[in-house]
Amino acid sequence: MSAQPRALPSEARIDYVLQLADSNLILGQQLGALVGHAPALEEDLGIANTALDLIGQARHLYSYAAEVEGRGRTEDDFAFLRAERDYRNLALVEQPNGDFGQTIVRQVLFDAWQLELYERLQHSSDRRLAAIAAKGLKETRYHFRYSGSWLVRLGDGTAESHARVQAALERLWPFTRELFDEDDADRELAVAGLTPALPAVERAWSDRVSALLAEATLARPANTPFRWFGRRGVHTEHLGYILAEMQHLPRTYPGARW
Amino acid sequence: MYSQGLDNPPPERMVPAAAVAGGPGERFQLRVDAEEKIEPKDWMPDGYRQTLIRQISQHAHSEIVGMLPEGNWITRAPSLLRKCILIAKVQDEGGHGAYLYSAAETLGVSREELVDQLLSGKAKYSSIFNYPTPTWADVGAIGWLVDGAAIMNQIPLCRCSYGPYARAMVRVCREESFHQRQGYEIMLKLSQGTAAQREMAQAALNRWWWPSLMMFGPSDNDSKHSTQSMRWKIKRFSNDELRQKFVDFTIPQADYLGLKVPDPELRWDAGADCYRFGPIDWTEFDEVLKGHGPCNRERLDARRKAHAEGAWVREAALAYAAKSRPATAGRAA
Repeated sequence: MSAQPRALPSEARIDYVLQLADSNLILGQQLGALVGHAPALEEDLGIANTALDLIGQARHLYSYAAEVEGRGRTEDDFAFLRAERDYRNLALVEQPNGDFGQTIVRQVLFDAWQLELYERLQHSSDRRLAAIAAKGLKETRYHFRYSGSWLVRLGDGTAESHARVQAALERLWPFTRELFDEDDADRELAVAGLTPALPAVERAWSDRVSALLAEATLARPANTPFRWFGRRGVHTEHLGYILAEMQHLPRTYPGARW
Repeated sequence: MYSQGLDNPPPERMVPAAAVAGGPGERFQLRVDAEEKIEPKDWMPDGYRQTLIRQISQHAHSEIVGMLPEGNWITRAPSLLRKCILIAKVQDEGGHGAYLYSAAETLGVSREELVDQLLSGKAKYSSIFNYPTPTWADVGAIGWLVDGAAIMNQIPLCRCSYGPYARAMVRVCREESFHQRQGYEIMLKLSQGTAAQREMAQAALNRWWWPSLMMFGPSDNDSKHSTQSMRWKIKRFSNDELRQKFVDFTIPQADYLGLKVPDPELRWDAGADCYRFGPIDWTEFDEVLKGHGPCNRERLDARRKAHAEGAWVREAALAYAAKSRPATAGRAA
């Protein structure tokens, strides 16, 4: 990140900002569906809190993407009027809520990644992105405390809860490869000092997750070659349904203001 | 509110205990008359305690069940800002539920008991939440009308004689009035929008108007238990007084939106300086209260499902807490 900033094509910058924004929005959207249906009232409140933070961050990121793009699009245009193929979120976040164990495993894997990413992104050569990451970091630390403490309680709770979260971990683990799968576009962003190098983020994430899994008495699944590329617009079957529901009103009433 | 006219204790429980001269009952009433707050450890008549447990827990249940009809639109809110506002609102309702349960617990019941009463169908919650939210405009109408009616009921409760309830209400009212404005703002946007949006807003007003008026409970002529609650200063105004206030407050707001309330008999009475409105269909009110409203089954089923599916999570949390308690504490116990 200390490399001399180079001129980056604005498309690459926008694409990266949308990756972050879309992951936040889709995960926030999924959590939003749980509010009122959580295992306990306190969890309704906690889940709502995380959902609000994530969507709030997404709004800042979309506004920034719109500014860089300079074509007059708004945060809502990005959220409601893009098709599945144009969404850049991690495939991990579009996986179903499942039971509370799966919701928590998905959240922990994501929060640990976002935490390590924001820690570094707050020093980005892109000052806007750095500011969004610095602000988001405070929220993400809290999210990780919340999801991490639940993972420990469920992993080290009863035999049933242990089995449930271990199964969820096995199911979701393959999606974590995408978090660190570095391609030329990623390397170019890192060289420009806009983003941290992914291998460093991966090491930190891996250490953090391993420590938490040990505390939760859960076994770390082996890495598998199974990969999705949500960040490149290649999604699982779930995203289409999520977008159909989320975009329903703006798509049904084009041009209406709400 | 959401607590008037739902489920009152049997009349014999409402008779003040031992209002003998110089006895605890008389001293209690003197304190209430002097506008002193009654606190959890103070002596209180059994009827007072039971009335409050019922009223506060019904109010708490209503907040929890009330999360469902609006939560129905979180995933489909039409803009990111609206989505955030709605999540925050539903979260606030959950928060109200949490501190109302705490207020009820100060009277010697546990939240667990109260939740069991809700899930078994024994306890009531406000009937208003048994109505559906088929469109986005219903979210606006709930905020504007249902929260508006709730505020009318709750502002006097801020002066309720029972301290913990009164203090909870101060905070609840502050948030409810925010929600009411947010709901009205949704309606305002819709009424200034396309023909389809205006139609959506009018249809939602048609759906929510009469149920909102019913929220104040039966007419004073049929409300058997009001007198004692008023003497105990749990209740400050009668159902009809509050309903009238709500109508007088709300009609000009509907006019500003260019929407019409579905009441052909509605007219301004200049002499009495208030609106006159048509008769309320109390048969519908009774039917919904008995469980035959459009969504009674869905609402309770949703609560039961969340509770049942969360059982293993709550068990795990308890098991973990038991394991991580320091060994010495375990021995001491």
